[in-house]
Amino acid sequence: MRNRQATSTLFELSRPGRRAARLPACDVPVQPLADLLPARLLAAAPPDLPELFEGDVVRHFTNLSTENMSVDTHFYPLGSCTMKYNPKRNERLASLPGFVDVHPYQPVSTMQGLLQLLYELQGLLAEISGLDAVSLQPAAGAHGELAALMVAAAYFRDRGEQRTEVLIPDSAHGTNPASAVMAGFKAVTVKSTPEGFVDLADLRSKLSPATAVFMITNPNTLGMFDGQIAEIARWVHDAGGLIYLDGANMNAILGIARPGDFGADMMHFNPHKTFSGPHGGGGPGAGPIAVRDRLAPYLPAPVVGLAADKYFLDADRPKSIGRVRSFFGNTGVLVRAYAYIRTHGPAGLRRVSETAVLNANYLLSRVQQLLPVPQGPRCMHEFVASASAVKAERGITATDIAKRLLDYGFHPPTIYFPLTVREAMMIEPTETESKETLDAFAAALAQILGEPADEVRAAPASTPISRPDEVRAAREPVLASPSSTGA
Amino acid sequence: MPYVANTSTDEREMLAAIGIDSLDELFAMVPADLRLRRPLDLPPALTELELTQHMHRLAGRDLPAGQANCFLGGGSYDHFIPAVVDALAARGEFYTSYTPYQPEASQGNLQVFFEYQTLITRLTGMDVSNASLYDGASATTEAVLMALAATRRRRVVTFKSVHPEYRQTLETYFDNLDAELVTLAAPAGSADLATLSAAIDDQTACVLLQQPNFFGAVEDAAAIAELAHAAGAVLIVVVDPLSLGVLARPGDYGADIVAAEGQSLGSPLAFGGPYLGILACREAFVRRMPGRITGQTQDRDGRRCWVLTLQTREQHIRREKATSNICTNQGLLALRATIYLAALGPAGLREVGELCLQKSHYALQRLTSQSPFAPAFARPFFKEFVVRSRDADVESLLQDAAEAGVFAGVPLGGWYPELSDCFLVAVTEKRTREEIDTWATLLHTIATSAEPAHA
Repeated sequence: MRNRQATSTLFELSRPGRRAARLPACDVPVQPLADLLPARLLAAAPPDLPELFEGDVVRHFTNLSTENMSVDTHFYPLGSCTMKYNPKRNERLASLPGFVDVHPYQPVSTMQGLLQLLYELQGLLAEISGLDAVSLQPAAGAHGELAALMVAAAYFRDRGEQRTEVLIPDSAHGTNPASAVMAGFKAVTVKSTPEGFVDLADLRSKLSPATAVFMITNPNTLGMFDGQIAEIARWVHDAGGLIYLDGANMNAILGIARPGDFGADMMHFNPHKTFSGPHGGGGPGAGPIAVRDRLAPYLPAPVVGLAADKYFLDADRPKSIGRVRSFFGNTGVLVRAYAYIRTHGPAGLRRVSETAVLNANYLLSRVQQLLPVPQGPRCMHEFVASASAVKAERGITATDIAKRLLDYGFHPPTIYFPLTVREAMMIEPTETESKETLDAFAAALAQILGEPADEVRAAPASTPISRPDEVRAAREPVLASPSSTGA
Repeated sequence: MPYVANTSTDEREMLAAIGIDSLDELFAMVPADLRLRRPLDLPPALTELELTQHMHRLAGRDLPAGQANCFLGGGSYDHFIPAVVDALAARGEFYTSYTPYQPEASQGNLQVFFEYQTLITRLTGMDVSNASLYDGASATTEAVLMALAATRRRRVVTFKSVHPEYRQTLETYFDNLDAELVTLAAPAGSADLATLSAAIDDQTACVLLQQPNFFGAVEDAAAIAELAHAAGAVLIVVVDPLSLGVLARPGDYGADIVAAEGQSLGSPLAFGGPYLGILACREAFVRRMPGRITGQTQDRDGRRCWVLTLQTREQHIRREKATSNICTNQGLLALRATIYLAALGPAGLREVGELCLQKSHYALQRLTSQSPFAPAFARPFFKEFVVRSRDADVESLLQDAAEAGVFAGVPLGGWYPELSDCFLVAVTEKRTREEIDTWATLLHTIATSAEPAHA
């Protein structure tokens, strides 16, 4: 039960002289600090940290945790984020010392088990993607996009081709254009049709000898599979460009269709979405990338190799773009992804996608009786409803509905994305929800739409806080607690 | 098998509500010729028991650092993690939640991020911290990108004493950007002021320094800050946050932006990730900062609360004009650092630092009091140092030590051919005198053995 007294900050709870952790006495001969370090490099004062008793630390963070909605506690249909159940077995297995207590620079002979797992994972992801080679290094989906675009840049440089543009549909995640710019390309926007499909005429007009990559999210951000993909891939390839698949929506097509088979040359996975890695309040994720053979030499190094029955870290890759981060990758997230894939096997993964798509279509069939779903009666793993009619008629916005859903015990969908749908509510139920939960969500939505507008606009009423003043937060930024020392 | 609740009855009812007859029809919008016509070629499904046995077999082939005697560092450290960190961070309400898009349902995470930001600003002496990035290398790269944008200059000056993997990451990013990386030698294991002075001019966007540096040595950071600022350049300092109970705060010697690997604050080794990218800066740079930032505000009823703020910097609003492509933060790792610092407090952080300092000095003295080992550099250091091995081959020395259950150090020759006879040693508060003595004795034994084990 939530403790309503527990909103003080660590800094307010602090009392001089309290402490939690205690360190052992020094068991080596102690030398005066001044003999070891020059005085000007020493801290002038003890660090300005709070002083707390251990029981208060536990109560503070435990109580804070109860102010969050989470997959463990609530239906969390946050579109595009694939908030599925995070298996407890994966947590336990990922914390085995042979995985979690391995130093990145210990000899490879002392980590053959972990390297075998990572090597196998490279192969599993290649098979699921229909592509040839995998790098596990990128730390998140956006980081994978960036790494893959750098791979493309290196590939074209190596071929002596001057290709400067990355084409991106207007319905894409914001990370796509931002990654393109960081990889040194110009981001060129391609229009979408109302169903979120690529506007072929617009694409054709923008393809040119400067086209390096066409980035596509398929299924797209409306949860629709763009069946034009084979034709698009043909055009882009004819123009000498590459197809990048944003793998954010892989939960819809596991074992159904493979990006490599429908034309993609490169893609990233979001193991924290598709393969059940917990989202951790905003991370960590991971962003492994898969590519075709001809791009493999440019992948970030190292990758895990196998020679003479020994696994090794292969850093001797002369054409590699180099590193995109320190050490190997977000191993903890990758171990969970491995456990998830091994739990499912081929039939199980297909069933994940079948059920994710079934649940989404079922919920769509209920929601479209309440709100327009501009893309039509069918979807893949998610769909986008619009509150624009309710807004026009009754002054109730997507935000209002989202806030009121909190009072009914549901985390709201993603709202105002994609940008191509007005008052968008992007709903992704995932395969791990039951029919009753979907029914209850639809029933809550129906009830909300029947409530007086003022009541909906006043929501939420049951959460720890009412709506925050976001304008004030941005205009008068308070980004840290004032210092206790006034320094 | 999958985590699915639907029964066959549920499925029938749902298909009927949709108005189709089979699961296959769900995929009608995927053209038939693009579909996979065979099962994925993957190993068969495992039950929880089988998976557990399989994963235990794999993990059992490794020698975890905690079962070895570990002297490895280089940006990843075997520090003690109090039980409260694991216990609290394992709460499902933290680790199965996501980015706080709905602040009313995320005050727990948002308050943690605000407390994290506060702790980081206080530790570093900076004005603003974001809510975390991927790791130390990407945080360092983002710091450099901030400096390039802020100064509208294109040259970055750094030293070979900065972590080689951080510099490699920068080089990868720079391959595609209009910017130049100048890496100055660090012949005595630290930055050379005269070389730096000659290398910086009015085209230098920033000076990138690591403190303590990759070799563990404490740099003359204040003098470097003065040189950088005199040229109008930004000073970026990469720190080990755990050192800041003992060492001066970067804000106090002139750093403008601080980047760090936060793994040492309560996160496990995990073969290099997930880790915690720390990024903090002076007020003047806040609009160029990438990543999530939490701000304090009030709700409609005047209650104090927290939200993600200054979002017009970010990719979901600004798309190609954003400060970075970064989307998520490392929430769970930021949480761990916040709990760790709350548990240690000022006295604990200082004591950890002092133990590292004393034990590493004891270890260096213990190892190098006898031939064939000698300190490679003479600079003051915090918890890491470089040892030169006068005659033993370093790679096989360290391999032999590992086979005896001691992770004795990190060989440097792969990054620094001129240091191929050297290795990097880190000594944390966890190493006992007995472990240090064992380590020193073992290295002597191997190095002076007439018939080395690798021969």
